[in-house]
Amino acid sequence: MASPLIELTRARFLEFWRDPSALFWVFVFPVILAVALGLAFREKGDEAAKVALVGELAPHLVGEDTRTGGALELIALSRDEALMRLSRGLVDLVVELPVALEPQAKIAFHFDPTKPGSSKAYLEARELLERKAGRHDVLVAVPVHVSKPASRYIDFLIPGLVGLNIMGSCMWGLGYTVVDSRRRKLLKRFAVTPMRRADFLLSFGLSRLVFLVLEVAFLVLFGWLVFGVAVRGSILGLVVVSFLGLGAFTGLALLIASRTESVEAAAGWMNFVQLPMWLLSGSFFDYTRFPEVTHPFIKALPLTALNDALRADPESPVSGILLQGCGTRTSNYPTQTVLAFPKDAENSHFGMDTS
Amino acid sequence: MTAIICRDLVLKYAELVAVSGLNLEVETGECFGLLGPNGAGKTTTVEAIEGLKAPHAGSLEVFGQVWGTRRDRALRKRLGVALQETRLPDKLTVRESVRLFASFYGNTSSQEEVIGRLGLTEKATARVERLSGGQKQRLALACALVGKPDLLILDEPTTGLDPTARLAIWDIILEFKAMGGTVLITTHYMEEAERLCDRVGIMHAGRVVALGSPQELIGQLGADQVIELEASLELSDAELGSIEGVRSVSRRGDRVVILCRFPAKVLPFVFEAAARTGATVSEAKLHPSTLEDVFVHLTGRRLADG
Ligand SMILES: Nc1ncnc2c1ncn2[C@@H]1O[C@H](COP(=O)(O)OP(=O)(O)OP(=O)(O)O)[C@@H](O)[C@H]1O
Ligand SMILES: [Mg+2]
Repeated sequence: MASPLIELTRARFLEFWRDPSALFWVFVFPVILAVALGLAFREKGDEAAKVALVGELAPHLVGEDTRTGGALELIALSRDEALMRLSRGLVDLVVELPVALEPQAKIAFHFDPTKPGSSKAYLEARELLERKAGRHDVLVAVPVHVSKPASRYIDFLIPGLVGLNIMGSCMWGLGYTVVDSRRRKLLKRFAVTPMRRADFLLSFGLSRLVFLVLEVAFLVLFGWLVFGVAVRGSILGLVVVSFLGLGAFTGLALLIASRTESVEAAAGWMNFVQLPMWLLSGSFFDYTRFPEVTHPFIKALPLTALNDALRADPESPVSGILLQGCGTRTSNYPTQTVLAFPKDAENSHFGMDTS
Repeated sequence: MTAIICRDLVLKYAELVAVSGLNLEVETGECFGLLGPNGAGKTTTVEAIEGLKAPHAGSLEVFGQVWGTRRDRALRKRLGVALQETRLPDKLTVRESVRLFASFYGNTSSQEEVIGRLGLTEKATARVERLSGGQKQRLALACALVGKPDLLILDEPTTGLDPTARLAIWDIILEFKAMGGTVLITTHYMEEAERLCDRVGIMHAGRVVALGSPQELIGQLGADQVIELEASLELSDAELGSIEGVRSVSRRGDRVVILCRFPAKVLPFVFEAAARTGATVSEAKLHPSTLEDVFVHLTGRRLADG
């Protein structure tokens, strides 16, 4: 005789599998988020700074930007036009060239030093013109480019999306289903059979587990294939942490589902519970950006714990587990460099990336 | 042995008393029908018998056992239930649904056979969401039958079905009974009750107002014939009631219903009364009395009325 637990799990699995909208939210939506956010916040370090050259020499120097290895993009403009564009932020730097590039010739550089990239453009442009004017370098610079693994926003985002997905699919997959079954009188129908209630609950856990494996594997695989986000910690760690997350959110979803009659009320409660975690738990950006006083509260949220564990946060006791592993131990949080602190991002380019 | 015993059963929803002092016994091997209009308390009673609702007062035994003990699960194995309104999971197929319910019971009928008996073989691979209302009801019955129950409890199993589908369900219930099963069924259809039930209880406002076999109940009317008139308003009930041989006069909507034993003796006086008051009788019908008439006689309402 087939076991009720297995049959219930199977039924739950089939129900979910055959529901296109559920599949969309669990599999497609996170990927869309990853792609959209990954593109929106991709590294812009290699983008050339726009430099407007003013003066008679300008047209002759325009082709010289090839020498800067793509750091600068030179255009020749009239003085008024150039300054107008600078004030609108369309160019990063305006260079007023002298009549000839000869010693003691004066060159005016117009730029806003508080604007990211401007100082770099200034240094690069000056370097170019000095050499053009005949300066000889005394030292031999040997740039050694270090590519820092797992420092992009997408490396930060993928573990966050995995966490978010575990939360969302537990809450909806379980909470919603229980409330909907109650409304359909299906719970009542099951209650008059000899079905064990423990089997009923366990079947939710088991079917979630099956989907958890699929969801996490799918998202991790996607991140790896499309964005090159690798699992740097242990796969076993990933599995264990995911299961713990599953347990926490299943419990939460059951708590909500146990007392709500209507699907609408359940949906409201689930949004109410999930929203703070969406915003605060560091799925999309680092929660350490919030004021210090809020940290104890934020850290008490289950999704924060899950995300931290998934990210192998160097300060966390459960470190070394997941997607951004050992490679970045010594670095700051990546989002600080990308999302939150544009100035820091510039600094890091100065330090790491001289191209 | 007695399958179900209810003594002075009181069932409440918060303050609302849905069933007040219900007495009922269902013998094993019989088919018992609970009849009554909407809100009479049929579903409430049936759910208490299924162990879904605890009695507020009085006692309730199913196969000699009360609900709420360690032996509940064993008792549930003996019950097959179709609730008044259950929507089985939409995304499962007929076969998967039956298989799921079968897994809860230790000893089951062959799933394919049950599906076949309910005429669902063609639909075995169709998802529940794509079944018609009648097919869904048959599936509910299949899920109730697959666990080989001793007691089948069906809450309005044929409501909303076409006559053929209803006949098919009656056959299955009769077959179950022929194999020695006990049936408790609720219905709004007196024809269904007359056809299936050995005994019926008529419920009204939370009480059983009449109990017995359909024939007995009809016999209790003391009138085997019913005259139904469509007449203009001038014809008064009192006047008709004073005619000799008339047992009762009541109204069903705009019709006058006269219960009597010998209509041939009564009818001439009815027409005479009509002529005297100037009323016009546009239609007169005569038929043997049914459970419906019993019900109207007892409650002043029709079975199917809300
Ligand atoms: N969940 C509930 N909460 C509160 N009152 C209820 C509930 N269910 C039923 N009632 C009330 O209890 C009374 C009996 O309802 P019940 O469902 O038993 O009637 P019924 O005989 O099955 O009617 P129907 O023929 O419409 O199915 C009604 O007055 C109804 O309003
Ligand atoms: Mg009912």
